[in-house]
Amino acid sequence: MNLSGALEIASCTDPGMVRSHNEDSIASDADKGLVVLADGMGGYNAGEVASGMATTVIITELQQLLEKTGPYGIDDRSGEEVAHQLLRDQIAKANTSIYQAAQSQPQYAGMGTTLVVALFYDNKMTVAHIGDSRLYRLRGDEFAQVTRDHSLLQEQIDSGVITPQQARQSQNKNLVTRALGIDPIVEAEIHDYGTQTGDIYLLCSDGLCDMVSDDEIGLALQTLSSNLKLCAQHLVQTANDNGGRDNVSVILVRVLRGYAAPRGMIRKMMTWFR
Amino acid sequence: MAKLILSMDGLVLKEINLTKERTTIGRKPHNDIQIDNLAVSGEHAVIVTILEDSFLEDLGSTNGTVVNGQPIKKHFLQNNDMIELGKYKLKYVAEASAGQAQVADFEKTMILRPGASKVAPAGSAQAAPAAPAPASSAKNFGDTAAIQGTAAHGPASKPLAATPQKAAALQLLSGANAGKELDLTKPLTTLGKPGVQVAVITRRPQGFFITHVEGASFPIVNGKSLDAQAHSLNDHDVIDLAGVKMEFFFKT
Repeated sequence: MNLSGALEIASCTDPGMVRSHNEDSIASDADKGLVVLADGMGGYNAGEVASGMATTVIITELQQLLEKTGPYGIDDRSGEEVAHQLLRDQIAKANTSIYQAAQSQPQYAGMGTTLVVALFYDNKMTVAHIGDSRLYRLRGDEFAQVTRDHSLLQEQIDSGVITPQQARQSQNKNLVTRALGIDPIVEAEIHDYGTQTGDIYLLCSDGLCDMVSDDEIGLALQTLSSNLKLCAQHLVQTANDNGGRDNVSVILVRVLRGYAAPRGMIRKMMTWFR
Repeated sequence: MAKLILSMDGLVLKEINLTKERTTIGRKPHNDIQIDNLAVSGEHAVIVTILEDSFLEDLGSTNGTVVNGQPIKKHFLQNNDMIELGKYKLKYVAEASAGQAQVADFEKTMILRPGASKVAPAGSAQAAPAAPAPASSAKNFGDTAAIQGTAAHGPASKPLAATPQKAAALQLLSGANAGKELDLTKPLTTLGKPGVQVAVITRRPQGFFITHVEGASFPIVNGKSLDAQAHSLNDHDVIDLAGVKMEFFFKT
């Protein structure tokens, strides 16, 4: 599978104004339509280790798998979408690696990481996430959060204990209810979304959305959409100007053109030639 | 840890630490905070504390519960809230318990696991915040920099306003709209023609900055062409962008 020219990707990551380490980790591959962002947690440098393992395992494994075939269609045996299966399997693999490292090495005990992955193919994307790293979408003038955090705060909002306005005042930010590498098995939330030419997707760690309001993020994306790199730097800078109390990472993905999967004859020919 | 200060007619009667998940308030003796007054119902209200957050809920009391002058059913308590039950007053104080150091740990992500029981080896992870959560315990996978996992309070927990003190504006010096003024009130203001040349002026705490966004040529400030870096604007700088001259100035 090769999506070259279909996606433009820009990213920026920064330790912020307070922390000495950057425990966030990002990776992307525009040709494979793959972006990964992880926000690690754990003492010493264990957070970096966990997030680094997550992004490395997922991107390298998927790159190899996608080299062979595109994530199209439905798997015959399980009846599950191939893209979902690919993501689920690689996330499980990353989870096992982190979990085992945390179990076997005392200095890594208790490390874990949040994760958000997007895989673009066939004019859509599959998003998998765990924890409070987010994916947003800008389509036209409409800027909206796509993923829903796995956090205590989100659960409180859902159950009506507090309103989203009150949530900004809560002392219980940053308590995630799901993370990679903490338990032997983790369930990622996986959904499909259609993409359109001109869409801009933002993946970010909580260091951005805790420091910068959604309105301001949306404004930056709209205003600076013609220069993604600058936009990514601006978002990180705004988080730092507002205090930068956590690591800040952003990945921006713009859909430049359609990228429908090869179908019918062409596809058969391609498989035949392989 | 948050606490309540019970008082009547300005006289402090008692201080109650909110250590329990549920702290009940009422006239009957089995309540955690017993207020023996006929204006208070037998089971009047309850405060549910989840880690650092406390919620007050009226339990259908006869005379109701008032917070800061407003009758409430359910309320998310904020520092210095005044709860009134008849003649009695309860002040909610959420104080930063471990001093300034904890501010640094404020944004640290932690995981909350139902029934988490494993104890990490000493020296690699530290204990959860002091207040136990209902049927679950939070584990702070924080560093051992002797920082307790309690969150910061008060103004520190709100993002600072990213606004410089002075207001500024642009005045166009040439072109069809010469003489026009443009207030720079937004965090980002774009200038120029999309597809030809665009620059953006960002409003930051340190001041105003101009940055090139798109186009082959870069903006010119005071006769000097910029590079890709952001450029800090000074009072009465003259910007030349896509053939239009404009002056940047601070408003007094």
